[in-house]
Amino acid sequence: MPIRRILIANRGEIAARVIRTCKTLGIETVLAASEVDLDSLPARLADRTLCIGPARPSDSYLKVDTIVQAALGVKADAIHPGYGFLSERAALARLCEEEGVTFIGPTSKQIDAVGDKLRARAEAQAAGVPIAPGGPVETVGEAMVLGREIGAPLLLKAVSGGGGRGMKRVERVQDLPDAFALAAAEAGAAFGDARVYLERLVAHGRHVEVQILGDGKGGVVHLGERDCSVQRRYQKLIEETPAPLLSEEFRTRIHAAGVRFAERLSYRGAGTVEFLVDLERDAFYFLEMNARIQVEHPVTEAVTGVDLVAEQIAIAEGRPLRLEPRDIRRQGSAIECRINAEDAARDFHPSPGTVQAAVWPAGEGIRVDTHIVSGARVPPFYDSLMAKIIVHGADRSSALERLRLAISQTHVEGVATNLSFHAEVLADPEFERGGVDTSYVPRFLQRRRLPQESYANG
Amino acid sequence: MTLTAKDVAEIMRLLEESSFDSLSLEIDGVKLKLQRGSAPSMPLAPDPPAVPAPEAPAVPSPAKPKIKPAAEPGLAEVVCPLLGIFYRAPKPGEQPFVELGSKVEEDTVIGIVEVMKLMNSVRAGVKGEVVEILCDNGALVEYGEILLRVRLEA
Repeated sequence: MPIRRILIANRGEIAARVIRTCKTLGIETVLAASEVDLDSLPARLADRTLCIGPARPSDSYLKVDTIVQAALGVKADAIHPGYGFLSERAALARLCEEEGVTFIGPTSKQIDAVGDKLRARAEAQAAGVPIAPGGPVETVGEAMVLGREIGAPLLLKAVSGGGGRGMKRVERVQDLPDAFALAAAEAGAAFGDARVYLERLVAHGRHVEVQILGDGKGGVVHLGERDCSVQRRYQKLIEETPAPLLSEEFRTRIHAAGVRFAERLSYRGAGTVEFLVDLERDAFYFLEMNARIQVEHPVTEAVTGVDLVAEQIAIAEGRPLRLEPRDIRRQGSAIECRINAEDAARDFHPSPGTVQAAVWPAGEGIRVDTHIVSGARVPPFYDSLMAKIIVHGADRSSALERLRLAISQTHVEGVATNLSFHAEVLADPEFERGGVDTSYVPRFLQRRRLPQESYANG
Repeated sequence: MTLTAKDVAEIMRLLEESSFDSLSLEIDGVKLKLQRGSAPSMPLAPDPPAVPAPEAPAVPSPAKPKIKPAAEPGLAEVVCPLLGIFYRAPKPGEQPFVELGSKVEEDTVIGIVEVMKLMNSVRAGVKGEVVEILCDNGALVEYGEILLRVRLEA
């Protein structure tokens, strides 16, 4: 069934991004916005904007009933949830299913399946996708037995966690009893689900994820991988494709694993299967699946030329996959920097406020996804992402060169940003070599903090 | 015994009338914590671990209208407290809650906003005479949309 009008249940750059594709497809857009976002760029770009509530997400963007009522009220055919907010709440997908509104995303059952991390682990295992040694632990006794078997260091994870939330590092097996009690208590408080599981901690791991598209009828294709190892406290800061320094054989294996996992679920829509690459063991393990469009999707779009939002919409219309594996060619290299309203000089402290001036870079091979124009506000209620600067080049080094230039041309006044952090990382020889692991950012920040004499002494 | 929505509403009313700022109540494993809107948050003991507390029964929140002083002195705008479908009457075919010229008190119900089959009554919040009705029956109303204008009683 063709989609003619979409309600966008999100804000910020992703709302603007979705509207852009809708305009090229001739689809009408209705933006569901909170009170403080009524004069935002997406509100100006949308054909219509509805005020759904006050600024606080729990009073607006997180209200399932209000979002569906808004879609019904404006006779929208479909809801695009973006990322974050309600994008992976099975309750929204389920209510859409009941009310006959198309949810641009997976089925509620698929969201349930990947939202429960233990179930996702079991599905991965059933699909022949490697998982890190570990398993569920219900008591301290069980945790000790399993902990000894796997060996330290270990990771305790909340079953209902994900995206870096609800994880606890355990350095020694004898620390497990305390850590277990704490992890279970925190999981119960944060997610209303105290179940935890234990996994081997990969000390030198890289975060590599596979972009997939599924038609919900068993058809699945992948669009290559992204390396998102440049993270601070599990928040990705720089993402790139292809993942540097992987053998073609390894790359093929990880793509196939992503496809197998999505096939197992008969996955519908765009999704990302995340893996932890264990450099020391030349292995990779399933981490989780993100059942939504990802923040970092543009790097994949840059090298493949595929508009992932357009594919999401086509799949939601019930069409079969339009892309065959052989149609998907990946050319060159693409890198993305997330520009956040976070003060790099003050330990990345959030810096909401009004942007007095914003100058974004432009030029060949440069794409900027943003909702920030001069005069825009960065409200304190939401995440601090202001823009994504994405560059594409013939190879990694030319993309990197282009990105350095793009960052140097970027100018934001009124709020503090992490631009200087990006400039420093892009100039760092270790990052330039490629293939850094997920402990790179803390290491880099530590190294930068050290006074010059420590280098001399060392 | 279990707490019904009516009980909770009654408890809320008692708290409102009391000189206390907050109330904690536990009956048969159902925990209820109430706090006045402006009360400083009291230091709560960390929740006991691992036992997700059963959710307190959902109280259909009496939708509190926001009142804006209108451009013209002596007029107030009654704005919609939540997005939904606006109904002027309790049921189809029945008399509207208010008409032009109706006298309203602060707690006079002036309409209903439906959000996915949940009916929220909207109260006037001011005392005076309805001089303008801006929303049609059955229309989608947004958060903050003006529903009525009321000439305030001096």
